[in-house]
Amino acid sequence: MSKEMTTRERVEAGLGRRRRKETMFRTVGVLATGVGIMFLGVFFATLLAKGSSAFVQTFVQLDVVLDAETIAPGGELDLAYADFEGLVRSSLRKEFPGVSGRTERRELYRLVSTGASYQLRDMVADDPTLIGTTQSLWVPAASNVDMLLKGNIDAAVDESLRPLSDAQIEWIQALQDSGRVETRFNLALFTNGDSRDPELAGIKGAMMGSFYMLLVTIALSFPIGVAAAIYLEEFAPRNRWSDLIEVNINNLAAVPSIVFGLLGLAVFINYLGLPRSAPLVGGLVLTLLTLPVIIIASRAAIKAVPPSIREAALGLGASQMQVVFHHVLPLAMPGMLTGAIIGMSRALGESAPLLMIGMVAFIVDVPGGFTDPATALPVQIYLWADSPERAFAERTSAAIIVLLGFLLLMNLAAVIIRRRMERKW
Amino acid sequence: MQSTTLVLLIGLMAVSAFYLGRGRSLACVGGPGKGQALHSLPGYYGYFVAIWCVLPALAVLLLWVMIEPRVVVALVVDSLPASYESYSAGELDLLLNNIQNLASGDVVSVDVDAVLSGAAELFNAHIARSRQLLAVLCLGIAVLGGALAWRRINPELRVRNSVESVIRWFLIAASSIAIFTTIGIVLSVLFEALRFFQKVPISEFLFGTSWSPQTAIRADQVGSSGSFGAVPLFTGTMLITSIAMVVAVPVGLMTAIYLAEYSSTRVRGIAKPLLEVLAGIPTVVYGFFAALTVAPWVRNAGESAGISVASESALAAGLVMGIMIIPLVSSLADDAINAVPSAMRDGALGLGSTRSETMTKVILPAALPGIVGGILLAVSRAIGETMIVVMAAGLSANLTANPFEAVTTVTVQIVTLLVGDQEFDSAKTLAAFALGLMLFVVTLILNVIGLGVVRKYREEYD
Repeated sequence: MSKEMTTRERVEAGLGRRRRKETMFRTVGVLATGVGIMFLGVFFATLLAKGSSAFVQTFVQLDVVLDAETIAPGGELDLAYADFEGLVRSSLRKEFPGVSGRTERRELYRLVSTGASYQLRDMVADDPTLIGTTQSLWVPAASNVDMLLKGNIDAAVDESLRPLSDAQIEWIQALQDSGRVETRFNLALFTNGDSRDPELAGIKGAMMGSFYMLLVTIALSFPIGVAAAIYLEEFAPRNRWSDLIEVNINNLAAVPSIVFGLLGLAVFINYLGLPRSAPLVGGLVLTLLTLPVIIIASRAAIKAVPPSIREAALGLGASQMQVVFHHVLPLAMPGMLTGAIIGMSRALGESAPLLMIGMVAFIVDVPGGFTDPATALPVQIYLWADSPERAFAERTSAAIIVLLGFLLLMNLAAVIIRRRMERKW
Repeated sequence: MQSTTLVLLIGLMAVSAFYLGRGRSLACVGGPGKGQALHSLPGYYGYFVAIWCVLPALAVLLLWVMIEPRVVVALVVDSLPASYESYSAGELDLLLNNIQNLASGDVVSVDVDAVLSGAAELFNAHIARSRQLLAVLCLGIAVLGGALAWRRINPELRVRNSVESVIRWFLIAASSIAIFTTIGIVLSVLFEALRFFQKVPISEFLFGTSWSPQTAIRADQVGSSGSFGAVPLFTGTMLITSIAMVVAVPVGLMTAIYLAEYSSTRVRGIAKPLLEVLAGIPTVVYGFFAALTVAPWVRNAGESAGISVASESALAAGLVMGIMIIPLVSSLADDAINAVPSAMRDGALGLGSTRSETMTKVILPAALPGIVGGILLAVSRAIGETMIVVMAAGLSANLTANPFEAVTTVTVQIVTLLVGDQEFDSAKTLAAFALGLMLFVVTLILNVIGLGVVRKYREEYD
């Protein structure tokens, strides 16, 4: 470079290089933003692709003879001991009279779900006059049949490599040809508790567990959170104690959730002797977990109320407490509610602390109260994700879709409240 | 009487106490029109009576419910025949458990004999008597408290002040719960951890390199002496955390820069909510995705490149965790970038630097403390993250820095040690609390530094 170059020339000489750098930097920025959004797209696409098929289920039509001799020997019906499974089996044998031999028959029986006999039992329990008649009814197919028809089991691979034998596939084909196979909406997914059989497993138990837990959480964390926020914003003197509380709240918001689970295990279950696996304990742990979120949001909402409101009320002779409860609180309520809903949606998605307090048990019954053993929706997802059956993978995705649906609704509610009720000062 | 009905009844009494109190205050001054002769608004007299009616009764109820089981159990134990005195604490526990199950009509693990059924009946009788006593006591105290307060009402009584001070104490109590939570966490984790360190020396825990948490059921069992060296867990946690950071920090930072400096309002309006969706997805869902989609994909990619990859590789868990943390990093970096005064930006641009030069040479150095603080918070989040690693990382403690191998983390071990039945005297269960203590201390330090830096830095430019 010669000394004769002017500043302008030198700047212009470097300009191309600098502009190239600028474009590079910008492109990297676009790419980075794209990574997150692309993941989101891939994520929802795989989820829908995997999970949507779980909302339908294969059913098989059977003509069941409700033989009085089999289920009510001697004219006495004892629902607990009646052999409904035998009825299902005999109707299958009648459908395929050519099948003989123990192994073959056993394979045949495996085409329909064990839920079929429960369905029969419930039918007879509802209406005992059906005994002796022949009923044509749709029963859930076994999960492997379901998987085959949904294309998740490849009939083309070698027999030893798939869970269905050649004979079973032939029978399914025969049933299909005679119009005895149908796919319907999978109602069981929403009305059943957990089960070892994928075709009978549902998320109702988990949803009720989550519901009871959130009830406890909101009933405790909202009033306490709002009260704490009011104290810290409106009353607390600036001293060591309130500084300590402040630092504490910010820290608690960042403490790993599993540590709250350890606290719940050691204090609520071991020390206070509350029952394991209960929504009550889960709700208490989630209360402690969501309190910081609600306090921080509520404080922001209170801060947003302009001081002129307080001054006007004070000037008219209201006490400090009256100012807060009559004026500041109502005006800050939309922001607080938004915070509470966001806290609840965090609580709904939380699972790590629940593992610590025993909410991972295999629970078939739908919980009916705060102290019944229960599990929660995210924990159910975790449990199903661990199950080896192919059909559970599909149901896991479906449960995730349901969970994300709830979260979406909650966040939507928060946005609507914010839009509708929030004032600009 | 059930305690829920009792609480409902007390609530009902509180409502009537409110109206009685309000009515009496107005009656004192001679009718609703003369309210201004009272010290406080009539409603405050109502609250005053209601508080005196409810608070003492509820306090008694709470105390009673906490003490009742212990007293009843002690009474039942006293009533047992002398032959049971030789029972050890464990046997006695089992016996009591059976008595309680029998009393509530549940399944009992032994044959029911006369002693057992007698004890169960006694148990039920004691409980029933205690409930009756409690109901009488609570309602009595409620009536008494309410009546005393009601009698004290006169126009000069400064009830607003006393009602407001009760409310103030409630507010103080509510805000102190945060402190009690922290104390509760520290104490519960610390006590169990100390018990663990009595069984296993702390130096072995912190510096031992072999982790195999088993305790012997029989003395002659193979591998009966468990080893509790947590170094492989720490390195595993660090490995997965660093993979996550390698993904999250550059991507999150560049996203923040792009959205703050380059993108149009429209793009920002779409991209920001989408990233927030990413932050709102439950971690169990990320875990499912990591285990069933990303891990097989990583393994196949590795195989086609000729690298052997474990099916639960650290890489898969770390990658997904990194994606989970992107929104956190980008929002904290966004805050830090926006906090830099625009005079600095304008100055740099006015001197002729390009946008990228402004960013890298002026704004980023100025925002660095805030960004570093944000990264510390993100690291703390990654260390404490549980579900992704539980579902996608391995279980075997593996001392390695190879991201293609399976490693285990502190949180995974806490979960595996504590899920299922636990006995609180085995080193295996207590080890989980020692790990929890480590986790809490490390994340606490990171959080305090991170939050401190972020806040101090924000104040500096405000």
